[in-house]
Amino acid sequence: MSENGHHIVSPKIYAAILAALLLFTWLTVQAAKIDLGPWNIVLALLIATIKMSLVILFFMHGKYSPKRTQIVIVSGFFWLAIMLGLTLTDYTTRHPEPSRSANPPAIAIHRA
Amino acid sequence: MHRTGELYGQYKTLDQQKETATLGMWIFLVTEILFFGGVFLTYSINRHQYPTAFGVGGNMLDLFLGGANTVVLIASSFTMAMSVWSAQTSKKAWVTLFLIATLILGTVFLGVKVVEYKQKFDHHLIPGHGFDITYCSKSPAAVCGLSEKEHADEVKEVKDAIETEGGVTALNAHAQLYFSLYFGMTGLHALHMIVGAGLLLWLILESRKGRFDANYNTPVENVGLYWHFVDIVWIFLFPLLYLINRHLA
Repeated sequence: MSENGHHIVSPKIYAAILAALLLFTWLTVQAAKIDLGPWNIVLALLIATIKMSLVILFFMHGKYSPKRTQIVIVSGFFWLAIMLGLTLTDYTTRHPEPSRSANPPAIAIHRA
Repeated sequence: MHRTGELYGQYKTLDQQKETATLGMWIFLVTEILFFGGVFLTYSINRHQYPTAFGVGGNMLDLFLGGANTVVLIASSFTMAMSVWSAQTSKKAWVTLFLIATLILGTVFLGVKVVEYKQKFDHHLIPGHGFDITYCSKSPAAVCGLSEKEHADEVKEVKDAIETEGGVTALNAHAQLYFSLYFGMTGLHALHMIVGAGLLLWLILESRKGRFDANYNTPVENVGLYWHFVDIVWIFLFPLLYLINRHLA
């Protein structure tokens, strides 16, 4: 704590986070070259989420912020999860849409 | 410009005043999270709908330039964090130096982006009349600067994709969707970088007057928050746009 009550994160921690972020960047590129089927995207997003957490917690001082600020940060991701989650549960569970090709099925024209 | 470190009447302490400013910055960043969230959602839905075309499009991006830019941006986040630290410990000259380093790295990022955009223009990958996803595979390998092996891989990938999509027209239509999103998302991100560069320029001018120290560094801290946020957006853009289909290439 400094004299005015703010936590000062040391350059050592910043350097360690920089190294970790670079390592994860290398890791995500290597992981992308291996065929993991549907798990490629999961792994890529997992690594990105870890990188984001490091940036928020240390570079953005989220770890050392007052509870009030931390609640605001978490709430942002909470709303985001609602938006992504509810919309994607809809899109990923729909039945195949009727063809959007230039020639609509003939039956649709007769009924119209 | 108000005097630095002055306590305004509505606050009890400087500490409370600073926390309020930071809290306000975070509330703004929450709106930014949701703003970019909508764009990421649009991408996800379309990728889910047209995985083949998005895969082909993604593999036409330059992995080396995209990866290098990721490193540049992460490094700029580090120098930004260091300038906040320099201000907190009243090392005034270092505040300016780290801000300048951040601005330079940010400019390098934008410069690389220009090179990439130009490349896409040359390869007929700008959505619109001239768009042709088969351009590089139809042309001799040297036209798009590909090695013989890369060219052969791309020919095969495009041929398979045409088959899966049921024709070159459908593939071009859906690949244009990918590139529209690519330019939309990276463009929106670049716009945030340009705003950030303007803010850095302002901070550098203020810092040269010795404005920021342990008592007063709210602008450095809050512009830092913004800069890190823009970095986070790229942390997600990079795998989503450049990496997702590399294993098929």
